[in-house]
Amino acid sequence: MDQAMFRTLIVGILLGLVAAGGITYSYPVVDLHRERSIISVQPNGGNTEAFRINLPRDRIMVGLSGVEDSIPAELEWPDRDFLGQFQAELFKVRDRNNAVVGLASRLASASEATGSFIEWAVHLPARGTIYATMNVTPDDDGFRNGVLRSGTREFAELTGAVREQFVADVDDDSEVQGRIELVTRLVGPQSDEEGTP
Amino acid sequence: MKHVIALAVGFLTGAVLFVLGLYFNPFLDKPGISPLAVTDDRIIDLSYSAVAADSILYTDHGETIVSPHPARVVELWEPAIRDTRLLVSLLRDSRGNRAGIGVKFATASEATSLIRGEALVDSVWHVYLPGEGTFLVDQVENHWAYLREIVIPARVSSGDNWVGTFHRIMTIGPGSLGTARVTGGSGSFAGLETEAVESLTARGYSALSGPVSMTGGLTVTVPDRRIAGQP
Repeated sequence: MDQAMFRTLIVGILLGLVAAGGITYSYPVVDLHRERSIISVQPNGGNTEAFRINLPRDRIMVGLSGVEDSIPAELEWPDRDFLGQFQAELFKVRDRNNAVVGLASRLASASEATGSFIEWAVHLPARGTIYATMNVTPDDDGFRNGVLRSGTREFAELTGAVREQFVADVDDDSEVQGRIELVTRLVGPQSDEEGTP
Repeated sequence: MKHVIALAVGFLTGAVLFVLGLYFNPFLDKPGISPLAVTDDRIIDLSYSAVAADSILYTDHGETIVSPHPARVVELWEPAIRDTRLLVSLLRDSRGNRAGIGVKFATASEATSLIRGEALVDSVWHVYLPGEGTFLVDQVENHWAYLREIVIPARVSSGDNWVGTFHRIMTIGPGSLGTARVTGGSGSFAGLETEAVESLTARGYSALSGPVSMTGGLTVTVPDRRIAGQP
């Protein structure tokens, strides 16, 4: 191999190293799909966002001891001696345009040891997770109110309220027998000085 | 023409050298001890089987080597949730007794950077422990060591499997010490703000069906004041 050819080979190796490094550095390995967030701004500077769960289509799992018709079929849920009245449900979550935007778990129990609770973890892959604890007793108008206990990523600094409602009459889709609606009213951290975000 | 061929061969050689350098770079493998190993607080040690068939429920977009469980569970094929895996598992305490139920959402992170040895996963655990309460664990996991030491060797193995011993703390954040953030929800955990780490112990993996012998661990610290039931 003559010297010029050897130099060309070395240049090629260097180019290959640089190109592979550049591609590895700049090419996004993970590129999550995002649906456009449908948010309305409140007068206090917070924002409101509504999510919906169409039943039964969006139900992934219902775990409840002592029930024969578990979802999915063949689910092996622990016995009542261990979990008592504890119930876990998993759903796909949609935005107001009915596009699936995430997943949610709803845990509920009437245990004497822990006290009754109902809570949601709503996981929106491209945005973060909302963790909300709800009032056990719904309001007279059928809403169940709760508070944002914590959030991750986009929701990490937010505080606010979450409202849950079951809507039985859904006219716009014959395959939907009912709908759970979750409405978040979240606000960012208060600034220490006026005009400072 | 000879120079063009030499340039092409060199280019391919350089690219292969880069990949090999990335794969064998010892500085990208930083196994460490648990940042919670020296805490004086009460520790809750939970473990679960990371084998899908041993879980209560596992599902993903349905085109991975791991079969959803049970057989007819809904798959997560919609674009927005396609990179997310969902696991529901029985959690056991350090004595192997049933301790609770955990729901894990795990999504590949856009912050993943292979050149830095970071195959990141954003995950949350929604946990219920009977008699104690509920909490949420928010964490960032790094699966680089798992990919490098288990998945890739299994793929290149003639038997399509990996057998060995692997143990790693998977959690690298969001806490400054590489810990997960824990928020209490109800029961004795109500109002709790603390830390956790998740570990993975593997002994067998199949390139055709995924984890064969694999156990996850979730270690949660509970400040001592919580034991007395004080706010």
